[in-house]
Amino acid sequence: MSDDAPILEINNIEVVYAKAIQALRGLSLSVPRGKIVALLGSNGAGKSTTLKALSALLPMENGAVTDGRLLFDGQPILQGDPHKLVRRGLFHVMEGRRIFADLTVEENLTAATFALTGRAEKPDFDIVYRYFPRLAERRKGIAGYLSGGEQQMLAIGRALVAKPRVILLDEPSLGLAPKLVEEIFGIIARINAEEGVSMLLVEQNAAVALSIAHHGYIMETGKIVIDGPTERLLKDRDVQEFYLGLAHKSYRDIKHYKRRKRWLS
Amino acid sequence: MERWAQLDWIDLVETSLAGLGTGSLMALTGVAFVVIYKATRVINLAIGEMMMIGAFVFYGFAAGFQLPFWLALPLTLLVSAVVGGVIERTMIRPLLKDNPVSVFMVTIGLTSILIGMVELIWTAEPRRLPEFLPQAPIFIGEALVPAKTGYSFLIAAAGIAVMLLVFAFWRGGVALRATATDRAAASSVGINVPGVFAFSWMVAAMVAALAGVLVGSVGGISSSMGLFGLSVFVVVIVGGLDSIVGALIAGLFIGWLEAMVGRLFGGEFKLLATFSILLLVLVVRPYGLFGTHEIERL
Repeated sequence: MSDDAPILEINNIEVVYAKAIQALRGLSLSVPRGKIVALLGSNGAGKSTTLKALSALLPMENGAVTDGRLLFDGQPILQGDPHKLVRRGLFHVMEGRRIFADLTVEENLTAATFALTGRAEKPDFDIVYRYFPRLAERRKGIAGYLSGGEQQMLAIGRALVAKPRVILLDEPSLGLAPKLVEEIFGIIARINAEEGVSMLLVEQNAAVALSIAHHGYIMETGKIVIDGPTERLLKDRDVQEFYLGLAHKSYRDIKHYKRRKRWLS
Repeated sequence: MERWAQLDWIDLVETSLAGLGTGSLMALTGVAFVVIYKATRVINLAIGEMMMIGAFVFYGFAAGFQLPFWLALPLTLLVSAVVGGVIERTMIRPLLKDNPVSVFMVTIGLTSILIGMVELIWTAEPRRLPEFLPQAPIFIGEALVPAKTGYSFLIAAAGIAVMLLVFAFWRGGVALRATATDRAAASSVGINVPGVFAFSWMVAAMVAALAGVLVGSVGGISSSMGLFGLSVFVVVIVGGLDSIVGALIAGLFIGWLEAMVGRLFGGEFKLLATFSILLLVLVVRPYGLFGTHEIERL
């Protein structure tokens, strides 16, 4: 595998839930090595479905990839056996944090050491406590009693224990106060820079996601409508208006449907 | 009352010890139940029958093939592990995605299947296991403990101790609890969830089989001995469905209580006492004495 090939690649995939509901229709994207890629879009656009397809969690929710290819480090991703994928270095920090509430902070990290099964690396909790000193203070505490922000830190901390090459982050800002969101995104950017972990970041909060991402994709109803380097997206008038909430004119003058139509064609 | 007239303290101690003996077997079977519940959140109503099939497999090896105890027991545990694994693979795993009630119902069906299998091979007639425990009664002070009760208590205690240590010091215990809390999240951190399921059913089947051999050695075996499982459900509900320590303490307590009530008021009051305790616990601590209280952070 050459080093400049993308670490994650999605080629034209379609995903169907319960053999009836089509969630993704011909979606393609790629994540270059060592970069943060943001995947933005409104509710129900299929962002989380994309991540679940990548981490092979779809069968648990009665979903299936019916067409297209997913590649992780040049190797195809097959649905089923998600734990094997984690052990190969693809870690999914799921939406809503999904920490183990009855376990202590440290036991949550211990659970993540199963990701190292069959690998030479030794588990290292210190790296987690270095990025998130607050977790160190509460390492014996029951995870369910942590604040929302601390739970998100723990969810990312579990990913650090697993020593992945790619982290899929699903809405890390969900339900957190703006100040905490800023803090956590700062740490995510540091992890990317210092550990060299590539990231695919799904967010509704486009402003904060684009503040740390190198590249962005915007999706609507199951496929990508715009993509480009972050700087270009930030200057794009449609992105500014629909996702960053910057209005240029009076609403009376805007014909949304025309511009949307351009994307969908 | 006449019953209380000849009561002296040696009598009370002997009754207590006999009760603790039965209690230790309930606790051991309870541990088998807890292991499955801890990992899979499946309420296994067939735990008494898994115990029974273990006892019959042992009977097959020890009486049928005339194997010595030290060979028959490991073989029994091995066969039971396979049975547990097959049950998980064929009846439980296909239902993983469905709601818990259907799995619960399947375990009811499983009781009939296991009883039927045993009756096909060994008929419904009660049988005695070959004697394998030392025969000489044990004296604690002046109180006499029948040999079978005493030794089965010790073996059960050792079995429970092993399970406690395994779950306290082995990383796999964390995997079990993580899987129970959130399956998708468990696989997202690299835990082999189907593996955990199969493992917990195999271990539980082995523990249940050990309990079955011990129960059978004290009271004989029959295809209806799975009814012992009923008291075990009380034990695990009182102790907490997901707590091994809970099963241990509740098992000993309920065994002791049944024996004492039986001695002091007569056998017909045993179940009254047991189920009164069950009612009390359900009202005061619905998740059991040692069970995990679902965390709700407001």
